[in-house]
Amino acid sequence: MKPFTPEIHWDETVISIRDLYKSFGQNHVLRGVNLDLHRGENIVVLGRSGTGKSVLIKIISALLYPDSGTVNVLGLEVETLKHDELRDLRLKIGFCFQNGALYDSMTVGENLAFPLRRNMPHMSKKERDERIATVLEAVGLSQTIKQMPAELSGGQRKRIGIGRTLILRPEIMLYDEPPAGLDPITCTDINNLINEVQKRFKTSSIIITHDLACAKATGDKIAVMKEGRFIKEGNFEEVFSDNDELIREFYDYNFIQ
Amino acid sequence: MGSTERSEQPVITKGIDKFFLNFYDILKFVLRFFKEMFTPPYEGREFVRQCYYIGNKSLLLITLTGFITGLVFTKQSRPSLAEFGATSWLPSLISIAVIRALAPLVTALICAGKVGSSIGAELASMKVTEQIDAMEVSAINPFKYLVVTRVMACMLCVPLLMAYTGLVAMTGSYLDIHLNEQTSLAIFVQNAFEKISFLDFFSSFIKTLFYGFTIGIVSCYQGYHATQGTQGVGKAANVSVVISMFLIFIEEIIIVQVINMLR
Ligand SMILES: Nc1ncnc2c1ncn2[C@@H]1O[C@H](COP(=O)(O)OP(=O)(O)OP(=O)(O)O)[C@@H](O)[C@H]1O
Ligand SMILES: [Mg+2]
Repeated sequence: MKPFTPEIHWDETVISIRDLYKSFGQNHVLRGVNLDLHRGENIVVLGRSGTGKSVLIKIISALLYPDSGTVNVLGLEVETLKHDELRDLRLKIGFCFQNGALYDSMTVGENLAFPLRRNMPHMSKKERDERIATVLEAVGLSQTIKQMPAELSGGQRKRIGIGRTLILRPEIMLYDEPPAGLDPITCTDINNLINEVQKRFKTSSIIITHDLACAKATGDKIAVMKEGRFIKEGNFEEVFSDNDELIREFYDYNFIQ
Repeated sequence: MGSTERSEQPVITKGIDKFFLNFYDILKFVLRFFKEMFTPPYEGREFVRQCYYIGNKSLLLITLTGFITGLVFTKQSRPSLAEFGATSWLPSLISIAVIRALAPLVTALICAGKVGSSIGAELASMKVTEQIDAMEVSAINPFKYLVVTRVMACMLCVPLLMAYTGLVAMTGSYLDIHLNEQTSLAIFVQNAFEKISFLDFFSSFIKTLFYGFTIGIVSCYQGYHATQGTQGVGKAANVSVVISMFLIFIEEIIIVQVINMLR
């Protein structure tokens, strides 16, 4: 169980979503999502495959646009932002993709340097190298700096992916299924990393998963998604005392295994 | 439930809808290219890297094909001219054929095959592994970094490669003529340029500029809009080549008509 996190500012919401709807043709994916993320908080979004979890965080980072509803991030309405405003906002949101999404044509070091070079062109090389070293040390992979992504394992790629988003010092982290496809021990490592990132870089996070161990270890709050909306929110005990069929199935499946 | 509702639409109108939707998408893509091409910051380094790749990828094949084209075309034309005792016209016949038609087409087709497929596959694999989204969310403009640089590199390199193909093809032709008719280089060059005008060079250059643009924009579009999954990568590569070649032939017909009106 995750220990109590003292640094959450309950009076300050960094992401606030109201009545969000999104369809792809006849496929109604999100049907009225409401969510508040407070500063310093980790929210875990649980739900079965295809319920629209990835779509939700893609809307938060403006990779997709909603059909209706509002998404407010750090006090800004995402949908109404102009090009430059969106650019500035995106620097404050870190998005960790399911498989790392590392740039295959670049080494690990270049992967980390790339967002810095682009977004902070005036940063000196020394400063950049220091930042890269700090981040690599934080994700525990300093020795891989010269390797190509193809030479890394799935877990290592994910860590570098997390590192690459950390390099821009975001205030918000969005994790898309951090434990997917990893063995339980590596999962535990990633979970610890997520908690460490929360503490050390003072981030607020949304963590998407269908892994209860991850939810339990990283979530200050758990929100369960079913058929395009949240059916239950609260801490781990609150959510799993519920008798909803999906929640029971989730619980049984994860712990009987 | 969704799928039954969708399949109620007759197949034909669905096809037409799709065509116009695609057409609109393509138009938007092309306009975005021209808009972003002229707005700073410019991605100079990536542009140079792409130019290098394009040259590197196609140079060997182009050298070989160009040389053989010139050589074989000379050999094939000789008997017809010999019937009239006009083998001395060979150099000017070959140079007209090479500079007006063969060099641009051969270069464009080879580039469509080598460069088009590799751009299509590269961007498609970046798309399906979410690398393009990753650039987007870290506030990097992937269109500018990936598409604009590649299309511009094609627009620069295809004309340059065309000039090179022409040179190599003429070299092949010269070797054959030199061996058979004992023509000296000076006379060969003089004859070759006799019937060639500035308009011929200019029109070939314009043609290849269009071909380069076509190869670049088609393969970038296919890669950028690849659908999920690894088979999308192969499909994007394949479709890039087929569509580029098809468009190149259509453009060839149109441009030749226009040039002939100018002549
Ligand atoms: N760009 C898109 N175009 C069309 N349909 C999409 C698109 N993105 C997602 N969908 C559809 O939206 C639905 C939800 O997808 P999403 O990726 O959010 O699921 P998920 O909850 O993240 O599942 P998983 O746990 O498997 O990642 C799916 O049915 C998918 O087909
Ligand atoms: Mg997903």
